[in-house]
Amino acid sequence: MHRLSIGELRQGLLKKEFTAVELTRVFLDRIEKNKHLNAFITVCADMALDAAKQSDCRIAEGRAEELEGIPLAIKDMFLTKGIRTTAGSKMLNNFIPPYESTVSGKLLEAGAVCLGKTNMDEFAMGSTNLTSYYGGVINPWSSEKKLVSGGSSGGSAAAVAMSLCAAATGSDTGGSVRQPAAFCGIVGLKPTYGRCSRYGMVAFASSLDQAGVMARSVRDAAIVLRVISGYDNRDSTSAKEVVPDFEASVGQSVRGLRVGVPREYRVDGMSEEIVRFWEKGAAFLRDAGAEIVEVSLPYTKYALPTYYVIAPSEASSNLARYDGVRYGFRANGISLNEMYENTRSDGFGEEVKRRILIGTYVLSAGYYGAYYIRALKVRKLIRQDFASAFQKVDILLVPTTPSSAFAIGEEPKDPVTMYLNDVFTVPASIAGLPGISVPIGLDEQQRPLGLQLITTHFNEELLIRVGSVLEEAACFPCLKDVV
Amino acid sequence: MRYIETTSGQWEVVIGLEVHAQIISKSKLFSNASTRFGVNPNENVTFLDAALPGTLPAINSFCIDQAIKTGLGLNGTVNLISYFDRKNYFYADLPHGYQITQFYHPLISGGYIETETEDGVKRININHIHIEQDAGKSIHDQSPAKSFIDLNRAGVALIEIVTEPDMRSAEDAANFLRALRSILRYLRTCDGNMDEGSMRADVNVSVHRPETEYGTRAEVKNINSIRFIVAAINFEVNRQVELLESGRKVIQETRLFDSATGKTKSMRYKEDAHDYRYFQEPDLPPLILDPVRIEALRETIPELPSEKTRRLQRDYGLPRDDAVLIACEEEVADFFEKALASVEFNKALAKILSNWITVELFALLNKYSKTIAVSRISPKDMGELVSLIKTDVISGKIAKDVLALMWTEQKSPSAIVKEMGWTQITSVETIRNSLKEVLEDHADKVTEYKSGKEKLFGFFIGQAMKKTMGKANPQVLNDVLRELLSE
Repeated sequence: MHRLSIGELRQGLLKKEFTAVELTRVFLDRIEKNKHLNAFITVCADMALDAAKQSDCRIAEGRAEELEGIPLAIKDMFLTKGIRTTAGSKMLNNFIPPYESTVSGKLLEAGAVCLGKTNMDEFAMGSTNLTSYYGGVINPWSSEKKLVSGGSSGGSAAAVAMSLCAAATGSDTGGSVRQPAAFCGIVGLKPTYGRCSRYGMVAFASSLDQAGVMARSVRDAAIVLRVISGYDNRDSTSAKEVVPDFEASVGQSVRGLRVGVPREYRVDGMSEEIVRFWEKGAAFLRDAGAEIVEVSLPYTKYALPTYYVIAPSEASSNLARYDGVRYGFRANGISLNEMYENTRSDGFGEEVKRRILIGTYVLSAGYYGAYYIRALKVRKLIRQDFASAFQKVDILLVPTTPSSAFAIGEEPKDPVTMYLNDVFTVPASIAGLPGISVPIGLDEQQRPLGLQLITTHFNEELLIRVGSVLEEAACFPCLKDVV
Repeated sequence: MRYIETTSGQWEVVIGLEVHAQIISKSKLFSNASTRFGVNPNENVTFLDAALPGTLPAINSFCIDQAIKTGLGLNGTVNLISYFDRKNYFYADLPHGYQITQFYHPLISGGYIETETEDGVKRININHIHIEQDAGKSIHDQSPAKSFIDLNRAGVALIEIVTEPDMRSAEDAANFLRALRSILRYLRTCDGNMDEGSMRADVNVSVHRPETEYGTRAEVKNINSIRFIVAAINFEVNRQVELLESGRKVIQETRLFDSATGKTKSMRYKEDAHDYRYFQEPDLPPLILDPVRIEALRETIPELPSEKTRRLQRDYGLPRDDAVLIACEEEVADFFEKALASVEFNKALAKILSNWITVELFALLNKYSKTIAVSRISPKDMGELVSLIKTDVISGKIAKDVLALMWTEQKSPSAIVKEMGWTQITSVETIRNSLKEVLEDHADKVTEYKSGKEKLFGFFIGQAMKKTMGKANPQVLNDVLRELLSE
């Protein structure tokens, strides 16, 4: 039952082949049996069963909503009313939100059952899930060596891959949905900046953060995306764009589409296998009737440094509120300043502190112009870069990551090398463009690899259309149940 | 008084102001929390005001309208695109760890206020006006070991009005602030209530020798009364002149004014040197304004004090000083014009009315702690009273008693005069008879007077007034007494 798609689950529920309570029990059971993956920070079994009961009532009364009774997992970045929300940090270890985020609220309104809150890198800062205060997540594709799940939405990726939930939310600032999706062999969709409300999502970098969907198929991702999208007057940066029926784009022909392959995405140190799968993906689309065009995105190489100026700058300011005064963790001190120092030294992990320091530095008087202002200028050039590429092509096809998942303990120890993991996902984030990672195959070590599609603002329909064609051609193997 | 003189020669004082004025609005700048004053601590606090994770600011467009009106009323240019920035610093009453303000691209550029000085009209230029959030309040005096935080004020909309360094004396600064407060109240964009902290100012002061470059300035922060601002400026000027005259230097620093001692003292410690790390607020899009909206707001701007002053002079022949006093508050001017409209107009009457409002009525309002808007005396009754004076029905002296009764009894002046039998005696015959009696009763004094003791004239007048119970017309009384004594 846990392997069924959202569409099949919906059918099964409506035809009363099984109840929402039964379905929820199946997933809760799987979560319990797969505890070692550490995919969840908080499991809310009782609340989930209550919600499932209510779903069963609504189904019985013929009042089923779009996701009625579908068990989902929510990244612990989204505030859930009455359910602890930690953002993977000690700082919020005791934080129980008094309100619901727009995205999770929309899912609940659509009848979805929230199974729990998934593990993540602390404040979404990381590409391994190893920066979580609650420990790393184990990639379900691990064999003799334990692999990282990727991050920051590592818990959601592992939970979806292992069928611990039907689908999950993620959040993507520089690749946090797409990269763990690629590492765990699932679909990860980051919509256009502004497509989903950020209200109630713990902020990392406001101009980049965007909620996303992690699912086992492009169709499932499309179904969930429609529910969580839309303008919200509580988020002034959310867009007043019409939300189309994304699911309708699944399986539509790609004939005549021009697919761009940017030459700058062949970076040093990238494995031959990745290149091979990239070419294979292009071949799939060519076979389906698309035209493959080589394009150039000359500013791509500046995307990563630009990102690592802008994101930490905003983070240094966004995370200033965690001061021990009003909520969350507090370490005492004899003066206000000492209390701040103790609270923030003990409450934040190394990676978060590193980024706060970087952000504070680049915003400080004397460096602001050289770093922050320059980064904003380059950001504009990167946007223009994409805009001119999209004059020639409809969509871009690139690898999601420069490598497959690495073993826990074998991750790069030097943070700058670690940041290279985001090299293919960051450019779309900087330009606010939508992107989707679709699993394309397994490398020689039997680790999943993903390909990423990027297109113009608010054109997620095209991502879904091309993504579903790629998905079908790739015949990505189903993760065999290791339990 | 352009320069100040000391034994070492002349000094010129240069003053610039940054005025923080709380925008009149029911809710805060980025949240829908109430702005009501005087409620329990932390009652007006939403999740955003407490900086809960995931909360985002959403602009209260009424506050923007208010700021635009202020800009227009102060002759500034409204920028069609402006931006919000974050000013980052840690303090317990600043929940986000930053204040949302407009640092790089403010809403309003330029502007000026014309102030009334002894030497006539002086124009003080405004550099810019921007919108920002207020912080909360730290309370340190409730416990020896703990501080308490009240976030009711956190997030309330402020406008900051930054002047050019155009003021040359404490009096200039006081004039500017009075004029500014008057305009803001006319616009109904700020109540100007300095006691409740709805208007506060940071004052930049420097001194230098005439014809040389400006001196190093000191900034005195957060003063909440015009009187204290004047005191702070005067203290700073003396301090700085003394420093310079003894060969020392003024250091650029922030100082605090202690109203108990009337002194300023240095506030900043070395390790506290702030770097606010301003950058554009990523949670808010640029503030883009439609010119139609601005024009619609321009339509709502009432006649402002300086314009009204000119019109009161032109239309009613009021002397300039009277017109300034009457126009200072819109409610006073309204009262004046309504009173005048209820009687037959003439110029002399307008002048008497203006005196009676600004002296006698203000004294009553003061006594009963009321504003003119809730005065127990109506403009119509005030007009009637002044008419009674002007047409010699009552004397000015009696009129004061009538006014007091108008307040307490709430009756019309003519009714009071009639009831009390206070109609003025203007009949020459009646007055002559009274005077004759006085002179007969004090024949000895008449002799003294005639032998040169002329100040007894007042004594006879006093006695006659006593006899007529103060109702004799003073002019007639004077004339007849002179006539009788010269016989």
